[in-house]
Amino acid sequence: MKLLKFFLIVIILFPLSSINAEEDDKRNKITKNLRCLICQGQSVYDSDSEFANSLKIVVDKKLQEGLSEDQIYEYFKTKYGEWILYDPGLNKNTYILWLLPILIFLIGGAIIYKSFIVKK
Amino acid sequence: MKNKILPFSVIIIFGIIFFIFYKGLDDSKIYTPDVNIKKEIPVFNTKEFFSGENVKSSSIFELDKAYLLNIWSSWCVPCRQEHPLLMNLNLENKLNIIGMNYKDNLKNAENFLKELGNPYKEIFIDLDGTIAIEWGAYGVPESFLIYNNEIIKKYIGPLNQELVDEINLLIK
Repeated sequence: MKLLKFFLIVIILFPLSSINAEEDDKRNKITKNLRCLICQGQSVYDSDSEFANSLKIVVDKKLQEGLSEDQIYEYFKTKYGEWILYDPGLNKNTYILWLLPILIFLIGGAIIYKSFIVKK
Repeated sequence: MKNKILPFSVIIIFGIIFFIFYKGLDDSKIYTPDVNIKKEIPVFNTKEFFSGENVKSSSIFELDKAYLLNIWSSWCVPCRQEHPLLMNLNLENKLNIIGMNYKDNLKNAENFLKELGNPYKEIFIDLDGTIAIEWGAYGVPESFLIYNNEIIKKYIGPLNQELVDEINLLIK
C-alpha cells in the first residue's frame, strides 16, 4: 500500500515539475539575453540588483500572460531601447558587425582558391 | 599578379579593422540612455499610498496638465538630497508632483515624509518595482516630466537646481 501511495505521488508530481522546469528554462534563457542596464557587464540573470530583480518579475508576468520570447524582447526594446538586448538585430548601426565575418570568410576563401586550387 | 593579391587583401582587411577601431575611440564607453523621449505614459493599476485603495493610472494623470512623476524611496540617500528641491517646486504650484514609492516599507516612507515634508499631490505604491519597469525607469531617484499624457523628458538620478530651472522653463 505504501508503495502504491509513493508511486501515486510520483505520478502526480512528475508532469507538474517538468512543466515548471520548462518555464524556468525559458525564463532563464530570456533573462540571460537581457542586459542589466545599471550593472556593468552583467546580464539580468546574473545580477541581484533592484532593477534586475524587478525585471525578472516582469518577465515571469509576461510569460504567464502567454507572451512569446520575441514578444517579450520587443516589449523591453520599446521600454529601454536596443541596448537592453545582448543579441542585436540587423540594422544600420550593426550591419558591419554582421557582415564583416562573412566578408572576411569570402576574402579568405578567395585567397585559398587562388593560391592553391588554381595553381594546380 | 597572383603574388600581389595576398598582400593587397591583407592590407585592406587591416585597413577596415583599423578604421572600425579608430572610429570606436571616439564613442563614449559609458552607456547614456535617451532622455528626450516622446512616449505615451503606461497604463497600470496600483494602490494609493495613504489609503491603500486601488487606483488607475488614468485617474491620476489628466490631459492638458503638466506633471512631474518622481520615483522615491525612504532608503534612497540621493532622494533625501533632492527632496527640498521638490518642496520648492511644489510651492510654485505650476506643476503637479506625483510620487511613486519604490520598493519601500510604508512605515519608513511615512516617517520620511513627516521629517522632510510632503511635496506630492498624490502618491502611489510600487511594491515590487514592476511599475517602474513599465515606465522604463532605471532606479531611484528618477523623475519624468509629463504633459498631455506624454513623457516630455526624464531625469535619471537626483534633481539639482540647474535641472529644476530647466523644468521651470519647459513648463512655462
